[in-house]
Amino acid sequence: MTATTTRDAPERSRRSRLPLGGLLGAQPLGLLLVLPYVLFLAAVMAWPLIQAVWISFQDYFFTAPTAVVEHPFVGFENYVSAITDPQVQQSFGNIAVFLVINVPLTAILSLVLASALNKIVRFASAYRVAFYIPYVTASVSLIGVWMLLFSSGGLVNTILGPLAPDPSWLVNSSLAMPSIALYVTWKQLGFYILLYLAALQGIPKELYESAAMDGAGAVGRFRNVTVPGVRSVTALVLILAIITGANLFTEPYLLTNGGGPDGASATPVLLIYQKGIQQTNPDVASAIGVLLVIGIGLLSILAARTGRED
Amino acid sequence: MTPTPHPTRRRTAGHGGARRSSVMLYVVLTVFALAFVFPFWFMAVGAFQENPTTSPADLFPTGGWTLQNFTDINSRLNLIRSLANSLIFTLGVLAGTLTFGLVAGYSLSRLNWRGRGVLFAIMLGVQAIPFQLLMIPLYVQVTRTYGLGDSYLGMILPFLINTTAVFIFRQFFLSLPESLFEAARIDGASELRIMVEIAVPLVKPAIATVALITFIGPWNEFLWPFLITKNAELQPLAVSLANYISNVSRTASNPNGAILAGAATLAFPVVLLFVFFQRYFQASDISSGVKG
Repeated sequence: MTATTTRDAPERSRRSRLPLGGLLGAQPLGLLLVLPYVLFLAAVMAWPLIQAVWISFQDYFFTAPTAVVEHPFVGFENYVSAITDPQVQQSFGNIAVFLVINVPLTAILSLVLASALNKIVRFASAYRVAFYIPYVTASVSLIGVWMLLFSSGGLVNTILGPLAPDPSWLVNSSLAMPSIALYVTWKQLGFYILLYLAALQGIPKELYESAAMDGAGAVGRFRNVTVPGVRSVTALVLILAIITGANLFTEPYLLTNGGGPDGASATPVLLIYQKGIQQTNPDVASAIGVLLVIGIGLLSILAARTGRED
Repeated sequence: MTPTPHPTRRRTAGHGGARRSSVMLYVVLTVFALAFVFPFWFMAVGAFQENPTTSPADLFPTGGWTLQNFTDINSRLNLIRSLANSLIFTLGVLAGTLTFGLVAGYSLSRLNWRGRGVLFAIMLGVQAIPFQLLMIPLYVQVTRTYGLGDSYLGMILPFLINTTAVFIFRQFFLSLPESLFEAARIDGASELRIMVEIAVPLVKPAIATVALITFIGPWNEFLWPFLITKNAELQPLAVSLANYISNVSRTASNPNGAILAGAATLAFPVVLLFVFFQRYFQASDISSGVKG
């Protein structure tokens, strides 16, 4: 195809409007092109999802790859043992602590910083990069840094001097989870700033101008124009923050050394790993997973209400 | 790319109030930006220090530089080998996404076929399924059913096609004018030829954007390769560094320096990539990649 034919395009198309693919209303090539992706979704999403639910209702155990073994159906037994397990209860409680700190902090800070970023002209891209750099960096590497910064003799405690908590942040049972919440807020914030930035670019400048003419100050404009203008993105930010928070694994595994101290920062996903793979109880682990997803789903529905227009 | 519908109009900063509030904006942004960048500074400096600092006075060291930290961590985990594993894992995912993901995005935006709407709805749903729920069955499937434990293929498989990337490709293809396609069809070009010779060259910026977004997934991924690689020879750097942090560092002489050296090795390829190619990482693209 040469450039000339492309340039002729609009003229010719006006002559014959009927799309050629309209014969059957379909271009079968499309199905062929999308097939690898559909197979991929089926193999690594749909099938494991069905399996996860299926395993959670069985007395399931790992077997040799070729062995054919009956896994007896046990109803809700795995769920009962999950719910009555104090470790599991504690992990869901920990996640609640995490969400209470992380979600509002994330939504407020990212909207405020995105609004500020949206107003400036100079160095805007430099600030943008600074904000999203933690988001694109491996958690394992940033955890290495935070561990040192927040260790007992680390930089943060040196600066705090007599105000430093004892025991230190990550080994203190009431500070371990809040520390993780703070870390994740910092790490993910840049991503949410980008989401808000895209939404802010869609708010007509006229709205701000007419609000200013009505005598609204900066705070008034933020409350009456910005906040309602990005409402649907706020719902998205809340949902994504909830999903991220509910799926914590790397942070409690590494930052607080396996959910320590004494399970104070253990999360459901950490337990899924410990119970499912280390202790080879995939059935109970799957039940925890299903419970977790139901919890996320309910919270997401609540969060989605935020996005609904009044 | 979604064009900004309203051109930026700026009032001339005539009165002091506007200027004062603008200075305030820069102050707030700078304070936060420093908080975001500071740990990277700490990492970069500490990685080359004999004794990584614990006091603010040492944040700008004038001496004590060393490469020993890299030698130390390299003696416990093979840095080059780990980096190579990370790269193979990442390139595998990139290859899958830039081929299968690209054509899927094209198909979803430009071709009409039965079931397209359903698939799109499923894709939106897929975004909400946490990988962690699928972890156990995937682990069983990949290690036991397919026998792909301790293999690159097993590592790559669950990430092979990035759904966010498919969304972004779809969005870019949608923004091309329909007349272009109509004309080519009238000229008798086959659908395949239209895609390869007309559409794909026009979405080159999307390819850069998708490559960036896809890169950080496998490069930074810890949980999945951690689950399926027991053989240290195959572990990506994120996994071997995590093992070092949680086990080996306790017996090392200067673990802090070595941890920072490993962290810097894992972090800086991505940091540099995003600093150099930041113009391909725009708010509107990220947003369309998430919202579909």
